[in-house]
Amino acid sequence: MADKSTSNAYWAANVRVILISLAIWFVCSFGLGIILRPALSGIHIGGADLGFWFAQNGSIYVFLVLIFAYAAKMNKLDKEYGVEE
Amino acid sequence: MDQFTLNLIVVGMTFALYIGIAIWARAGSTAEFYAAGRGVHPVMNGMATGADWMSAASFISMAGIIALSPAGGYQQSAFLMGWTGGYVLLALLLAPYLRKFGKFTVPEFIGDRFYSGTARLVAVVCLIVISVTYVIGQMRGVGVTFSRFLEVSTDNGLYIGAAIVFAYAVLGGMKGITYTQVAQYVVLIIAYTIPAIFISLQLTGSFLPQLGLIGSYAPQGGEVAMLEKLDQVVTELGFTAYTADTSNMFNMVLFTMSLMIGTAGLPHVIIRFFTVPKVSDARSSAGWALVFIALLYTVAPAVGSMARLNLTTTFWPNAVTGNALDGDAIALADIDSKPELAWINTWKATKLLEFSDLNGDGKIQYFNEPKAVTAANKALADASKALADSTEADKSALEAKVAEAKAAVDAALAEATLGGKSLAERGLVGNEVTKIDNDIMVLANPEIAKLPGWVIALVAAGGLAAALSTAAGLLLAISSAISHDLIKGSLNPQISEKGELLAARISMGVAIAVATWLGLNPPGFAAQVVALAFGLAAATIFPALMMGIFSTRINKEGAISGMLAGLAFTSVYIFLYLGWFFIPGTNVYENTAANYFFGISPLSIGTVGALVNFVVAYVVTGMTKAPPQEVVELVESIRIPKGAGAAQAH
Repeated sequence: MADKSTSNAYWAANVRVILISLAIWFVCSFGLGIILRPALSGIHIGGADLGFWFAQNGSIYVFLVLIFAYAAKMNKLDKEYGVEE
Repeated sequence: MDQFTLNLIVVGMTFALYIGIAIWARAGSTAEFYAAGRGVHPVMNGMATGADWMSAASFISMAGIIALSPAGGYQQSAFLMGWTGGYVLLALLLAPYLRKFGKFTVPEFIGDRFYSGTARLVAVVCLIVISVTYVIGQMRGVGVTFSRFLEVSTDNGLYIGAAIVFAYAVLGGMKGITYTQVAQYVVLIIAYTIPAIFISLQLTGSFLPQLGLIGSYAPQGGEVAMLEKLDQVVTELGFTAYTADTSNMFNMVLFTMSLMIGTAGLPHVIIRFFTVPKVSDARSSAGWALVFIALLYTVAPAVGSMARLNLTTTFWPNAVTGNALDGDAIALADIDSKPELAWINTWKATKLLEFSDLNGDGKIQYFNEPKAVTAANKALADASKALADSTEADKSALEAKVAEAKAAVDAALAEATLGGKSLAERGLVGNEVTKIDNDIMVLANPEIAKLPGWVIALVAAGGLAAALSTAAGLLLAISSAISHDLIKGSLNPQISEKGELLAARISMGVAIAVATWLGLNPPGFAAQVVALAFGLAAATIFPALMMGIFSTRINKEGAISGMLAGLAFTSVYIFLYLGWFFIPGTNVYENTAANYFFGISPLSIGTVGALVNFVVAYVVTGMTKAPPQEVVELVESIRIPKGAGAAQAH
């Protein structure tokens, strides 16, 4: 088992990545898809307004990229801190 | 070959495949029964999770819920974001740590982390309430799909479905279920996307439904966007615009959040991440699950909007190239004689679609009937009925009332307008399409798009695959909670592995019997109970797991009182509007938006319930003593991937 200070540093780095990811998660769904939709109704993606597209399709794509990016970043952190399986 | 034989062959072939897989993947140990021996590749696991997650509701109903929403299709985006965004929470906040923990069930983690049999028991109760409410809907879905496509009664369909699930779930446990779900995923995604691709090609010329959604409307020369055309057609007929903004943004945010954290807290989804070999696989497996779920969820809004447009232009042929009301509505004679309109009568026979020529003009006019007209017509019907039922000698008072009601209807028709003219001027007495069931948007899609019979058969097989795979996953979650958490965890800890495996199989059998019985005698409130299931998962299991991982400080007193507070708060708020324990007539407030506290509907309350759970847990923890050192060490060990149990070959 890794020593205590390494584990703590690893966990702090993990929490930082999680917080950044959750901010993106929130902005693309609740932000662009719901709260900011009226303000951004002038911007269009094809035949839909930006908010509608994010609410029905766009946010799902962002979720996908987000999970794989998190998995890749964590695999890197695992190695960096020597805590990989 | 007729459609029935074709359906039978396609559905029969898929069932043979599922049973074959079950025999090949028999479970020999508890590790295989509960967690498929932790040897499932993340991509395979993602596919199985997709089938597990996407229920009869996702497959059959969701596109229609979006398409036919009275508040417009945008409002229902909460389902699309909520049921996918939950996987981000799973991947970031729960899955890797629970996999590292390396046990079999969700209550087991809660029991160990909060060093308390009581906490484990509370979690078992929440899990069973959540899963049982879900499984009723699935068994019902199996019965309904069978009866629609295979001409057996709903009850017989349910028995056949239960027998199939029994065969592979009892035999194979998680191992059998996982590999069967992979096959079921392939069947359901093909069945969903083929009709979607064709309808998208027809309406937008785009091969990808996702691009069709934002593409232009081909039948009108491609100058207008498809969504713009849809907005124009439905608003002309008096409906709310499809892309109209929500009237209650706060509630939409809470509802979406409730579905997201509810998804992340559903036990049958969480246990899927116990089956992968490594912690890093648990992270990517959530991503793969979302890839396979997104294939359906990004197509669903396209199916919904295009099916709505197709349906509306079928009833108003002139709407294809111009304004609906500039031309005539669809003629009854055409419905009966034209082969491309034959599907209308097919679906009328199933009562999913109902219409009648109220004004006797030989045409069927479909539009949004103003509320005043509906109310006046109802008053007239009531008055006429009172007159017909009356046994009194002097009926003049009742006759006067009928005359009065008739005058009120005429006044309402003269006042209500459609496309700038009053209904009376147009010779209309009301909307003549009296029912369009949500399910028709997916089920009738192949026929509306004039696709060959085998595609229709495939949709039947897809609906069954979606319902069966979700039912199996739920039943496994229930049976493992009973055999592992109740029997081994508290009643008989000395039980041998062989004994536990037998107990797991018996409780699975009992769970299937109970689910079948509930499917045969569904409580009248199935739809409302689903709200309770999501609300409870959001308010109990998700916060308990999250605090268990992200805080070393939360103790058993905090966790137990938090879960109970979340449970009580959420169920009471739902019961206030839907009746105590869903008994009709016992509700305190009428279930309408005007009565909601801060505009929060009972569907959205899970988010607030989760907050209540967090706050109570922190306050109670602050007043009681810290957890023991070995629990702090447990939390620290699940936070780092190193040292997870090795994968088992299978």
